[in-house]
Amino acid sequence: MTLRTWVRGVGEVLITVGVVLLLFVGYELWWTNVVADRAVAAERAELLDRFGQPPHPSPDSASSKVVPGDAFALMYIPAIERSWVRPVVEGVTLEDLSRGVGHYPQTAMPGQVGNFAVAGHRATNGQPFAYLDRVTTGDQVIVQTQTRWYVYRVTDVSLVAPTDVDVIAPVPGDPTATPDRRIITLTTCNPRWASYERLILHGRLVSSSPAADPPPIPGGG
Amino acid sequence: MYPWLWRHLPGPVAVRVVCCVVLALLVVAVLFLVVFPWVDPRLPFNHVTVSRSAGAT
Repeated sequence: MTLRTWVRGVGEVLITVGVVLLLFVGYELWWTNVVADRAVAAERAELLDRFGQPPHPSPDSASSKVVPGDAFALMYIPAIERSWVRPVVEGVTLEDLSRGVGHYPQTAMPGQVGNFAVAGHRATNGQPFAYLDRVTTGDQVIVQTQTRWYVYRVTDVSLVAPTDVDVIAPVPGDPTATPDRRIITLTTCNPRWASYERLILHGRLVSSSPAADPPPIPGGG
Repeated sequence: MYPWLWRHLPGPVAVRVVCCVVLALLVVAVLFLVVFPWVDPRLPFNHVTVSRSAGAT
């Protein structure tokens, strides 16, 4: 085999690798979002349909058991975008996170005393929390369950280490304390395209109303 | 590699071109359905939770 053939072969391999890398970028930036947006829309439609039905025998959403992988609430964060809404899925596996935002199992349910902790993708796979950095102290996070609306107000924003699990403790920062407040915690990766920190938002419950009441969302539901 | 492929494809030019397109689509399908979904969870920006073991989801 001549040198020319070898050089040409190497060139072809390099071009092929380049094309595959470009395809991968397209997959991450476009296709994962197409797939996730479709799943989010399906979960949301199913949830709204279920919310329209009479509640199950256990009418108190706080005490009823949710199944891992099931969406059980809708979250609205108008500060990210006016129309921002995502299903809240029980669990934080990548599969759960690809259909909305994920509720950390073992943490409180919406409206309960303790810490209702939720994680979401910052980049790709639907990227619900892509612009979570737009949300600041005082902004609303609204949660709709089958039975109630819950309005939380963001109290603080921080950046922590990925291993700082105390932020999702019932009393953030004090894992042994007994909670007496109803709070919410949102977590995502930071910086957006890396993972060496976590962006953390804490908020506290400011109001709650029955599901039949008008949505407490600026501009309607 | 591509000249080798071209030589080993059967039939006239038109058939070979169709074969090439089909093969390329096949490769893209395998990448999108198998390879990329396998790589995706290993990327750092998919790590959005806090956990005791760094690098979990």
